[in-house]
Amino acid sequence: MDARPPSGAAAVVIDVRAVSTRFGDAVVHEDVSLAVNPGEIFALVGGSGSGKSTLLREIILLQQPASGSIRVFGQEVVGLSDDDALPLRRRWGVMFERGALFSALTVAENVAMVLHEHTDLPERLVREVAAVKVALTGLPPDAGPKYPSELSGGMRKRASLARALALDPELLFLDEPTAGLDPLSASGIDELVRGLRDGLGLTIMMVTHDLDLMWRAADRVAVLGKGRIVGVGSMTELSHSDDPLVRQYFHGPRGRAALEQAWKRK
Amino acid sequence: MTSEATVPPAVVTSSEATDARDVRCAGAWTVRTIADVEPHLARVPWPAAGEVAIDASGVSLLDTTGAWLLHRTVRELAARGCTAHIVGLRPEFASLLALIASREIPLASPAPPAPGRLERLGRHAWAVAAGSAGYLAFVGESAIALLRAVRHPRRLRWLPILHNVQTAGLEALPITGLLSFLMGIVIAYQGADQLQRFGANIFVVDLVALAMLRELSPLLTAIIIAGRSGSAYTAQIGTMKVTEEIDALRTIGVGAQELLVLPKVVALIIVMPLLTVYTDVTGVLGGMVMARSKLDVSFDVFVDRLDEAIQVSSYWTGLAKAPVFAMIIALVGCYRGFQVTGSAESVGEQTTMSVVQSIFLVIVTDAIFSIVFLWLDL
Repeated sequence: MDARPPSGAAAVVIDVRAVSTRFGDAVVHEDVSLAVNPGEIFALVGGSGSGKSTLLREIILLQQPASGSIRVFGQEVVGLSDDDALPLRRRWGVMFERGALFSALTVAENVAMVLHEHTDLPERLVREVAAVKVALTGLPPDAGPKYPSELSGGMRKRASLARALALDPELLFLDEPTAGLDPLSASGIDELVRGLRDGLGLTIMMVTHDLDLMWRAADRVAVLGKGRIVGVGSMTELSHSDDPLVRQYFHGPRGRAALEQAWKRK
Repeated sequence: MTSEATVPPAVVTSSEATDARDVRCAGAWTVRTIADVEPHLARVPWPAAGEVAIDASGVSLLDTTGAWLLHRTVRELAARGCTAHIVGLRPEFASLLALIASREIPLASPAPPAPGRLERLGRHAWAVAAGSAGYLAFVGESAIALLRAVRHPRRLRWLPILHNVQTAGLEALPITGLLSFLMGIVIAYQGADQLQRFGANIFVVDLVALAMLRELSPLLTAIIIAGRSGSAYTAQIGTMKVTEEIDALRTIGVGAQELLVLPKVVALIIVMPLLTVYTDVTGVLGGMVMARSKLDVSFDVFVDRLDEAIQVSSYWTGLAKAPVFAMIIALVGCYRGFQVTGSAESVGEQTTMSVVQSIFLVIVTDAIFSIVFLWLDL
């Protein structure tokens, strides 16, 4: 949506090169590389413990890889200090798996808090903009004054998304956006993710297990297995892959069901 | 840094001095620049009625915040009878504006009216009454659980009890010992001047021993344990409440009282008298050190005098308070933990309340003990 400067328009938004991560002796990633293009919905998948959340945490500067390079908006983030990272952090929003809403604040205050911290908008506009973000994520208007503990799981995720959108980020990270949701709420999230990309022109990177979400929303998918990327491509491409790990993932009983669903929709 | 830096700042201009029918918007309308735009918009001399054209062809950047401001302006104009048309907006910005316009957004969130003074007083009184009733109920439940445990001693969980004895008792030895030692020194030091004036140096033994044994040592121990263990109990149970572990216990069919409260109460009742005896000793030791250096009362003389200065009843009156204080601290700490509601802030609130209330109750109980002992002539 925003007019990007010419240099940024064509360049990739996230560029991960040869990243390796170890916890003690345990190898989490070995030589992982991937790139996310502007305006793309990119999904990172893999079994439990495949290190996809760790990779996400490394991209958003919550953790450091052992070696390798990660560039976001063309800037190297590995080893970046908190002060230098601030301008970058204002350009992306993160939705955490369990919401991570501030429990002492209402939903509207959770969004407003980010605006208060990073902008000098007048109080009235802050409240209105917070209401806009809450509405954009599909929450009813009466959700704003509620506390996170009064919301259902799906509403909490949407509220967390509203907070991630507070500063109109160009890049959105979603950690397990549909985990723990009923199928109806989950398919609501599918539409929301696509709607946000189309409406706000966002680049979205998500970590997920949800095959339905991938079929419906993701432009490209990277499969992590055994510490490395075993396949990258659109869902259709991946479903024809010969790699045993990818096949295991997409041709298990659930994978097949999601595949059939996707075919029916077409 | 960001792309906005290269973009001209947002501006709003109108050709007419009054009754602006033709308004031009330009520049970046984003969350970072919009604060400057709002006063411009407010200064535009909008007409009272009729048609207004807002030329937005100069808008080079628009995000949801900017789109909202545009939308709000149109909405406010419509409310006063003007029809505003936005023209020249780039197609991608127009679709964003349409997205914002399609959502139902309350113009100003209705703030609930602040309650009056009388209402606040009433609510507060009610909260205090409900809190007291809840506390009483909690004490009752704990008593029932304790009775049940006494009837079936094998159901008492000894492992958690021993664990609590270690954390609340054994690990508190250095700090309680050090503080009561210092307290003994301070009392002897304070008394030294007065006693020396009358040549009554030897009575420093009476001063230190009576003060420590009867009052200070049980009180000091209780206050340290309230700050050390009472707060930990609240935080532990409170966090378990937030993470629904308490509910999980209930569904498994294990009473939270039995698993979490009783071991703590029993452990503190075991530990507090022992700690009190220990701080009796370290406190008197502190007094002894001070008496020798400041009043020339040697250790031998001090110990000889100790025999005459204190009766066994002084020792027992101090010691008798310890288990009562232990119960107060453990029960208040656990009760406050169960009062935690969903948020992290609530854990902090209840922990503060736990320490304040248990120290308050300990001191009040201590005063009651003093009065009772006076009646009983102990």
